[in-house]
Amino acid sequence: MSAVADTHTQDHHHGPAKGISRWLLTTNHKDIGSMYLIFSFAMFLLGGSMAMVIRAELFQPGLQIVEPEFFNQMTTMHGLIMVFGAVMPAFVGLANWMLPLMVGAPDMALPRMNNWSFWLLPCAFLILVSTLFMQGGAPDFGWTFYAPLSTTYGPPSTTFFIFAVHIMGVSSIMGAINVIATILNMRAPGMTLMKMPLFVWTWLITAFLLIAVMPVLAGVVTMMLMDIHFGTSFFDASGGGDPVLFQHVFWFFGHPEVYIMILPAFGAISHIVSAFSRKPLFGYASMVYAVGAIAIMSFMVWAHHMFTVGMPLAGQLFFMYATMLIAVPTGVKVFNWVTTMFRGSLSFEAPMLFSVAFIILFTIGGFSGLMLAIAPADFQYHDTYFVVAHFHYVLVPGAIFGIFASAYFWLPKWTGHMYDETLAKTHFWLSFIGMNLAFFPMHFLGLAGMPRRIPDYALQFTDFNMISSIGAFMFGATQLLFLFIVVKCVKGGKKAPAKPWDGAEGLEWTVPSPAPYHTFSTPPEVK
Amino acid sequence: MRVHAKRAVALAAGLLLPVTVMADWTMNMSPGVTSTSNQIFSLHMTILWICVAIGVIVFGVMFWSIFAHRKSRGAKPANFHENTVVEVLWTIIPLAILVAMAIPATATLVEMYDTTESDVDIKITGYQWRWQYEYIDDDFSFFSNMSTPRDQIRNRQAKGEHYLLEVDNPLVIPVGKKVRFLLTANDVIHSWWVPAFGVKKDAIPGFINETWTRVDVPGTYRGQCTELCGKDHGFMPVVVKAVPEEEYNEWVAEQREMAEMERQLTEKDWTLDELMERGERAYATACASCHQADGTGLPPAFPALKGSQMALEDMEGHIDIVVNGAPGTAMQAFGNQLSEVDLAAVITYERNAWGNNTGEMVTPKEIFDYKNQQ
Repeated sequence: MSAVADTHTQDHHHGPAKGISRWLLTTNHKDIGSMYLIFSFAMFLLGGSMAMVIRAELFQPGLQIVEPEFFNQMTTMHGLIMVFGAVMPAFVGLANWMLPLMVGAPDMALPRMNNWSFWLLPCAFLILVSTLFMQGGAPDFGWTFYAPLSTTYGPPSTTFFIFAVHIMGVSSIMGAINVIATILNMRAPGMTLMKMPLFVWTWLITAFLLIAVMPVLAGVVTMMLMDIHFGTSFFDASGGGDPVLFQHVFWFFGHPEVYIMILPAFGAISHIVSAFSRKPLFGYASMVYAVGAIAIMSFMVWAHHMFTVGMPLAGQLFFMYATMLIAVPTGVKVFNWVTTMFRGSLSFEAPMLFSVAFIILFTIGGFSGLMLAIAPADFQYHDTYFVVAHFHYVLVPGAIFGIFASAYFWLPKWTGHMYDETLAKTHFWLSFIGMNLAFFPMHFLGLAGMPRRIPDYALQFTDFNMISSIGAFMFGATQLLFLFIVVKCVKGGKKAPAKPWDGAEGLEWTVPSPAPYHTFSTPPEVK
Repeated sequence: MRVHAKRAVALAAGLLLPVTVMADWTMNMSPGVTSTSNQIFSLHMTILWICVAIGVIVFGVMFWSIFAHRKSRGAKPANFHENTVVEVLWTIIPLAILVAMAIPATATLVEMYDTTESDVDIKITGYQWRWQYEYIDDDFSFFSNMSTPRDQIRNRQAKGEHYLLEVDNPLVIPVGKKVRFLLTANDVIHSWWVPAFGVKKDAIPGFINETWTRVDVPGTYRGQCTELCGKDHGFMPVVVKAVPEEEYNEWVAEQREMAEMERQLTEKDWTLDELMERGERAYATACASCHQADGTGLPPAFPALKGSQMALEDMEGHIDIVVNGAPGTAMQAFGNQLSEVDLAAVITYERNAWGNNTGEMVTPKEIFDYKNQQ
C-alpha cells in the first residue's frame, strides 16, 4: 500500500506507463475504454467473418461450402460473439471513455475492478473461440442454446461455453457496478440527476438491467452444467424436468438483454441529433421517463419469444398486450428525435448520417417488432427469416450504427484529430446500402416461408438469398474501411479543437482534444 | 477501357440473368387455405398498413426537416422544446391504435386455441430428423422422411421442383373436417409448421401440445421444421395431403390393412439376404443421417459402426442399444420407432455391411422375445 502511495508522490503529474504494462496494469478509464473498443472491433470482425461464411453457404441452394454441423456452429458463434463480444463491450468502452468526462469525474469509481472486468473478457472469448478447434466442434445449438439440444444433445465443448458465459457475466456485472457507482457518486457539484446527459441516464438504467439479468443467465447455464455433468434433470423431461423452463429463464435474461444492447445507443443518438440540429433535445424529461418505462417493461414481456411453445391462452394474451405496450415509450423516443430535427439547422457529418439512419432503420425494426407482437400473426412469423430481419434491423442499424455514430462523434476528443470526413461518409453509404440489401430481403423470405437457421433452402427462396448475400459481403468488406479511418485518425489529421461540433453540449467538450490522460482532477461546477 | 466496360456489363448480365429467368419474387405472406390462416393474413395486412401509415407521417416530417432545415440552405435553428399537449397526444394516439389492433388479434387467438369437437385426432411426434404421424383412432402410424436425394443437395444432380420440401409418406387428412393435432417430441424440441394452414406449434419432449386445422381445399401443402433441432434441421419437411372424405376413408382402410400385414411379417422366417435388403433401406432412413451411409459415423457425437467392437462382437449390447438407446447421448431408443422386422433387419445389416462380415443374423422373432423379456 505504501509503495503505491510512494510512486504516486514521486511523479505526481504522470502520464501512462511504458510498454505492455501500461495496458495490462492500467486503471485509467481512457486506456480501459480504448481497450474495450479495440477488443469489441476485433470481435466484430471475427463474428462478421462467420456471418460471411453463413451468407456464402446461403448464396445458392444446395450445400457448397460447409457441412450443416459447421453451419450451425457458425450461426451460434456469430450470435454469441456479436452479442457478448462486439455490441456489449463496445458500449462499455464508450461508457468508460465518456461517463467520467460527461459527469466531470477524474476516473471511474472503481478503477482496479475496471481493469479486471476488461481483462476477463479476452479470457472468456479465448475459451469460447477455442471450442471451434475441439473434438466435436463448437457449440452448435444457436445463441439461444435451447435445452435439451444444448444439454443431452450438445457437443462436449458445451462445458467450455458455459464457463465462458460465466466469465463474461462476471465481467459485465462488475462493469455495471462501476458505472452505477461512478454516476451516483462522482457527478460534478450541481449536476442533479435530471441534469445528467442522456447517455449517462441510459447507461445508468442499462447498468441496473445488467445487474438484474446477468445472474439469471449465469443461473441458467449453471443448471445446464448440472444437467450435463451431475445427473440433475432441470431441463430433461425424462427425469421430470421441463425443457420449456429453460426458455422462460433464458428469455427472462434475454429480453432485457436486447434493451441492454440498445439503450446506450438511444442516449448517444440523442446527443448527436441535438448537436447536428443545433437545437436542444425536444423533450429531455420525457426521454428519461421513456427509457425508464422501457427498462421496467422489458421484464414483463419475455414470453413473446415463446408464443409457439403452447402457453395457456391467458399467458399468450398477457404477453401480447404487454409487448404491444412497449411500442408507446419507444414511439415517444422516435417522435422526440424527429421533433428535435424539425426546424433545426441541420448538417450531415458522419455521426449525424449514422444517427439519421439509426432513427429510420431502427423504427423499421420497431415496426416489424410490433407485427411480431401480434400473437396470432407471430405463429406465421416465428422462427422464420422475418424474425432474422427484425432483430438485425434493430441490432445493425440500431446498436451498431449507434456505436459508429458515437465513435465518429467522439473520435476527435479521443485522438485530437479530425477523422477523414469523405472516407467516413463513404463508410456510411456503403454500410447503409449493404446493410439494407442484406437484411431487407429477409423480410420477404420469412413471409414467403423460409425458416431460420437452415443451411440449405427450397428453390423459391433463391433470388432474395442471393441479393442478401451480396449485401452482406458489401457490408462486411466496408467495415475494413472503418478500421482504416480510425487508424488514420489516430496517426494524424487535422487538429481537433476542444469542441469540434458547434452544436454539441456537455462537459466532455470543455477539456482539450485529445483529452489529457487525467481530466477533472478538480471537479467542474455545473449550473 | 471500353473492353473492360463491355466485360463488366457482360459479367453483370451473366450474374443477373439466372435471377431474372427463374425469378420468384414472393414478397408477402400467402393468405393460405384455412379460416385461421386467412384471419392471420388479414391481421398481418392491417398491422402492416398501420406501420406504413405511421412511417409515412414520421419519416415525412423527418425528410421535410432534412430537405428544408439544412444549415447549408441557411436554416436558423428554432429553440422550442417540451410541449405537454404534443407529448400527451403522441402517447395517447399510439395507445388507441394498439387497443384497436389488440381486439381482432384477441378474437383470432381465442379461436385458434379452441381445439374442442375435433373429427380426427392425429399425434405428431418430432424425431431427429423426421416426423411420426399416429392416427390415434385408427391404430396405425408411420414416419415421414425427407425424400430429396442427397445427390441433389450435394449438387451432383439437378434439383427437383419440390427440392427439400418432399417426403416419402405425407400426412393425409380429410377436407372439411376439424383435425386436431397432438404434438410432442422424442429427443429435442421441433416445431411443426404448414404456412398455408396458419398452424405452427412446438413439439416438445415431455409435453403434449394441441392445435387444429380445417382445410377446405384439397391439395398438397408443404412446410418445414422451424425450431433448430440439430444438424439436419433444414432437412425435415412437412407435407400434408388434404383429400376428399371418401378418398381419405379408403386410404385409412388401406393403411390399417398394411399395418396388420406388417405385424404378420414378424412371424415369417427370414433369410440373411432378405434381412440385409430390408436392413439397407431401414438403415438409410433411420440411421444414416448420424452414422452415415458408409457406417463411418461422425465421431465423437456419432460413433462409427464400421469395424466397431459392438457391431462385430457384442450382439446382446448391439440389440440393447438399438432397442433402448443410450441415455444421455444422441442415440435414441428405436424400440418403439421401428417394427420388429425393421429392428432385426437394421441390426443384421449393421453386422454384415461395410466389411463387418460377421455372418450373424437376428430374426424379428428374437427381437420380439427380447422386447417381451424387458
